[in-house]
This record gives sequence, structure tokens and C-alpha cells, in this order.
Amino acid sequence: MQYLANPTRFLKLANAVLPFVWAIAVALLILGLYGALATAPADYQQGETVRIMYVHVPAAWMALFVYVVMALASAVAIIFRHPLADAAAKTAAPIGAVFCFLSLATGSLWGQPMWGTWWQWGDARLTSMFVLLLLYIGYIAIWAAIDEPHRAAMIARVVALVGVINIPIIKFSVDWWNTLHQPASVFRMDGPSIAPSMLWPLLVMGLAYSFLFLALHLTSIRAEIAARKIRQIQIAEIGER
Amino acid sequence: MTLILALIRRDLSLSIRQGGGVGTALGFFLTVMVLLPIGLGPDQALLGKIAPGALWISLLLSVLLSADRIYQQDYDDGSLDIMTMSPVPFELVALAKAVAHWLSTSLPLAIAAPVLGFLVNLDPRAIWPLALAMMVGSIALSLLASIGAAVTVGLRRGGLLVSLLVLPLYVPVLIFGLSASQAPGSSPDIATPSLLILLALALVSVVLSPLASAAALRSYLK
Repeated sequence: MQYLANPTRFLKLANAVLPFVWAIAVALLILGLYGALATAPADYQQGETVRIMYVHVPAAWMALFVYVVMALASAVAIIFRHPLADAAAKTAAPIGAVFCFLSLATGSLWGQPMWGTWWQWGDARLTSMFVLLLLYIGYIAIWAAIDEPHRAAMIARVVALVGVINIPIIKFSVDWWNTLHQPASVFRMDGPSIAPSMLWPLLVMGLAYSFLFLALHLTSIRAEIAARKIRQIQIAEIGER
Repeated sequence: MTLILALIRRDLSLSIRQGGGVGTALGFFLTVMVLLPIGLGPDQALLGKIAPGALWISLLLSVLLSADRIYQQDYDDGSLDIMTMSPVPFELVALAKAVAHWLSTSLPLAIAAPVLGFLVNLDPRAIWPLALAMMVGSIALSLLASIGAAVTVGLRRGGLLVSLLVLPLYVPVLIFGLSASQAPGSSPDIATPSLLILLALALVSVVLSPLASAAALRSYLK
């Protein structure tokens, strides 16, 4: 991690691995979507709507995962003063927000035929995911509201770390409260309770989303570094005048 | 300790003497509670059903709207800079200011809420649970508002941003506060699980809020 603290070194490495990460992400997405839409069987209760799950569940995993990444990067920025950690946290937020919105939207589309409602306010998992989306939006708003980048970074760290409390609440909401949303069926102590023919496309989709996030994240950190350089050049030019 | 008490006393007398404090927040609370029945129509049964929720949401909004008073003035006139140099840890200063906000605004609102409940046909059996839940919940509300106020203290237009940042954190308080405010059923036990969780939320925010507020304030004061 200290090795990558130098932006030039980071850029070198990112430029080298990015084409491969993009290629893996696209290949896994194609394989996962093929498995999800073509080979996986329709559910005996849910019928064809079960295929929404292959988009919905990994998106929800990623929405949580990206927030944890964001919070860890913020913690690293506070503890080690790592120069790229703030950029990593800042650029993760919009990606996470999109994953979060995707999981909410697909969940809602699935809920309409299955539960007979687009949205169920009493449901702990739905409500806490919605709160996660609001936390993402608040975090992005902080970066947008504060002009001075160094100060914005310090405030954003606090905001990201305060929001972490919501993560365990979302994860365990289905176990703590009796809700409409089904409990975890993949990551369980006694192994997955889901048929192998449905499990593998789901896991492939999860991997594909992870690589997609990695590719998007590296690309936007690269863009963030470029934006910082432009800003410095502009400031230097103003100084020369 | 005497310094902390002095700070709380100073903030309290400021909020009482300056105006725009308790009175305005109470007035806002009252206005919302008058507008609600007008907007929803005079159906007594419906109003009685939504009374606890309406009271809680008005409480959240009133606390939130008064949140900028916690740090804004002291930031503008430089008092906060001097407080960072005091012998007490800055986290305790942040806690003291949040406590002063609770005593001067949130607690009076929580006490007034059951009385205003008559405007919306609140079930009389729910008065005690509601008052108790609001007193406990308002601790968490003030402390969380203090984080939002600290995070936006140096911004010119922080008002909307505070709501965006703090309202998501209010969701657990609202959920458990509401379920603790229902009229008791068969069991006369006042310490319901919801009330205990509400208390836990208040205690967690006592620990968390000073740390986060102080960290945010420091980055503005540098």
C-alpha cells in the first residue's frame, strides 16, 4: 500500500492492469448473463422472474462492499495520510450509489409480481438499503459543497465513517427482524441453500460485478489524479500572471 | 469538569436570552401540528392513528432546523478557536455544546409534544410512552444533529446539506421511537424492547457524536 502512495507509480500499475481488468469483467459479465438468462432453470414458484435475482443480488452485495471500501479508504486517509486514499474514497461513492440504485430498482421490479407491491415500507432490508442510497448521496454532496479540496477530503472522511453504522444493520436486518425480504441463502454457516444450477451464474455475476467495480474504480481514480494535476497547473498559471 | 459545566451554562443562557431559540423551535413545532390536520382533513380516527408519527416527524424537523445554532455563532466570532486551546479535550467541548442544545431545544420540545398531541387526537394511553420515548430519543437527535452542524459549519449554505446528511441517521431513532410510543397493550411494562433499543441508540451517539463533531470542526478551524 505504501508503494502505491506515489501517484506516478500507481498510474503506471493502473495503466498496465486496466485492459486486463476490463477484459475479465466483460468476459465474466457475458458468461454470467448467459448462465443467468439461458441455462439457469426457471424457479418452480417464481417462474422466469427469478432471473432478476442474478442482477439484483450481486448489485446489493456490491452496494455494501463499495461502501466498506469507501470507509476503509477514509480510515486509511486518516491513519496513514495516504495521498491516494481520499481519491479512492471519493471516486468509489458514485459507483456504489449506482449499484445501490440498481439493486433497489431491480428489487422493486421483482417485488411487483412476487409480493404484489413495488415497495414495502415496513421491510427492514428495503428501508436500510434506501438509507444507504441516501448516505451515498450525502457523501457525494459533501464533496460537491466544499470548494477547497483538502478540507472537503477531511470532512468527507468523517461523513463516510459515521455512515458505516448502517452496514451491519443492512446485513443482519433480515435476521434480526421478520421481514418480507428472504434471509441470506448464499453466505451461510451451513453452506449455500440454493441449487447449483442457479448458484454458479449468481457467483459468476458477483465476480463480474467485482471486476467491473475494480475497472471503473481504477479508471476514475486515474481521472481524479488527472483532475488534480489540471487544478495545480491552473493555479500555477494564475500565480504566474 | 467545572469548565464543561460553565460552557453548558453559557450556551443555555445564550439560547434563552438571544431569542430565536426554544421559543422559535416550539413555534415551528406548533405550526406543523396545526398544518397537518388542515392538510389531512378533520377525520378524527385517521388523525389519532398517525398522531405519534406526526409528532415524531415534527420533532425531527424542529431539532434539525435549530441544529445550526450549536456551532455557527461560535465559529463565526472565533470562540471555537479559543475553545480548541482550552485544557479540556475538544471532544468534550463538542459534547458540552450538544448537551446544551438538548437541554435548551430538544428536551423542551419532547416535553411539549404530548400536550400538542391533543391537536391530532393522540390516544391518551399513549401519552406516557410517547413522552418517555421522546425524552430518550431526543438525546440521540441532538447529538446526531451536532455531527451535521459540525460538518457544515464553514459552509455558507449548509442548511439543506445538514438535512441530507442527518436525516438518514435519524431513521433508526424514528423507527424505534415510533414503536416505543404506541399505547401499551395488555402488559403494563414500561421498559419495552423498543425503548431499550432507543436508549442504546442514545448511548451510542453519546460516544460517537463528540468524536465525529470534533474531527469535523478541527478541519474547519485549521
